[in-house]
Amino acid sequence: MHDPSATDTPPKRHLGSWALIAAVVAVTVGTFGYVGGWLAPHRLTPKRIVDQLQDNAGTFAGYRRNHAKGVCVTGYFDSNGHAQAYSSAEVFAAGRTPLVGRFAIPGSNPYAPDSSVPIRSMALRLAQANGQQWRTGMNSMPVFPVSTPQAFYDQLKAQQPDPATGKPDPAKVAAFFAAHPETAAFRAWAKTAKPSASFATENYWSLDAFVFVDSAGKRQAVRWRMVPEATDAGSDVDNSGNPDYLASDLAQRLSQGPLRWHLLVTLAQAGDPTNDATREWPADRPTIDAGTLVLEHTEPQESGPCRDINYDPLVLPDGIEASDDPLLPARSAAYADSYLRRTSEEAHLPGTAVAQPKPEAK
Amino acid sequence: MTSDVKTFSLPARVLHWLMAIMILAMLFIGVGMVASVSERHDWLLRIHKPLGIAILILAVVRLAVRLRHPPPALPADLPAVQKLAAHASHWLLYILMLAMPLIGWAMLSAGGYPVMLSDSLRLPPIFPTSPVAFAVLRHMHGWFAMLLFLTFLAHMGAALYHGLIRRDGVLSSMVRGEKKAEMIEPVEVSESVTEPDTRP
Repeated sequence: MHDPSATDTPPKRHLGSWALIAAVVAVTVGTFGYVGGWLAPHRLTPKRIVDQLQDNAGTFAGYRRNHAKGVCVTGYFDSNGHAQAYSSAEVFAAGRTPLVGRFAIPGSNPYAPDSSVPIRSMALRLAQANGQQWRTGMNSMPVFPVSTPQAFYDQLKAQQPDPATGKPDPAKVAAFFAAHPETAAFRAWAKTAKPSASFATENYWSLDAFVFVDSAGKRQAVRWRMVPEATDAGSDVDNSGNPDYLASDLAQRLSQGPLRWHLLVTLAQAGDPTNDATREWPADRPTIDAGTLVLEHTEPQESGPCRDINYDPLVLPDGIEASDDPLLPARSAAYADSYLRRTSEEAHLPGTAVAQPKPEAK
Repeated sequence: MTSDVKTFSLPARVLHWLMAIMILAMLFIGVGMVASVSERHDWLLRIHKPLGIAILILAVVRLAVRLRHPPPALPADLPAVQKLAAHASHWLLYILMLAMPLIGWAMLSAGGYPVMLSDSLRLPPIFPTSPVAFAVLRHMHGWFAMLLFLTFLAHMGAALYHGLIRRDGVLSSMVRGEKKAEMIEPVEVSESVTEPDTRP
């Protein structure tokens, strides 16, 4: 079955064929390398974003690369059924959906004092009875500083501490803000924002827009926020000198009973930006109260049930979809990278960072 | 496992070329999505999961087809080391096309993610939730993907070597059917040299 003439001829005759084979293999490898980013060093990748977070604040093995300091909470969402008109997600049918949540502060240092930033965050993983999940990460400000992943990366880069001073270079930060006028709304908010004494009294905004889909397939762009029932200035715990006062306050409040928020869903109208988290929607947009978030218990994140959850905002149940906001896929991709790094550290895989003991308080 | 037939059966050939496209697409989708923060990340991930499960199902069907229709023997004069390489790489391809979807599925299960094939279709978990298992499986998924890509390159290079240089009928046994092989002009060689009919 083998044609003898093919192998009896000198190899020179096959030079063209060898070249063709080599070319096909080389083009395939090159395309693979380009798609995989190895041959496209300037492309913004999840790895580059997470590397930059580590460059700015250090690497803390086992912890999230952003919003590293936090505590676990558990409870349930008690739906009143009002959002069912807009979303077919099971979580909006009247009744309870259990959840595992996490309060945190931004930044990559799990030992940062609670007073170091004015922002607090709330993340939730709601587990529907049908096995689908709704994961959401919200922040205690109504707008995000930037609208694109590239701008977020550039901001991190501008804020990277100068090795000489240990602080960001003010000139670089100023240059970044000058080049990014979309940060104005956030900066105006930040100017008056004070680090709150409690997680319990904060509003938490989805920032990014999402799309609710009803049972007939009708789509409605939305944003949501959690509005607290607690409105007091803070608990009676003396927090002076306690860098972890948020966790203490939360535990103290929960020891007296559950904490509640209302899930308010804002309905966009035609023309409202769904791809720009730096811009609020007009205040007159209709809002529905979809139900009550009830938090009952808190545990430290090192041993609590939130530790191994990646609060990826694109883990969504049927009835809630991503909008065209470019921050959403970037969050999803970067969170996945951060999750792999910290679980690899938990597994003590070769080449991963080794956990450091908590530094002594100064 | 081999027989007197000169070409692969029609089901084997259809499955081979269909899965070749799917697996190659899958490799590119995989490396592309993990290196992207754009909306591509999300829509590639949405293709990646159902396509992986489709490959898993087809790989099982293909194994059954292979058992029922043994493939043609390699040329008798093929050097032993090449025969060994051919057999080893084929079994590696089978192992990887079965293992990769299972590892991906187990990895999402271990990470505590719902394994969604569409907006509403969810597969049950096949591994208990464990961050350590997630990390190990996630790294395995990536390294095995690289191994699969390298094995694919070797397979493609060897197929072209058989078709263009040895012209021993190995490539055509996967391209053409038994009866039509005598009538159809070779399609895989577009250069001046055409593959002669290799059968007696």
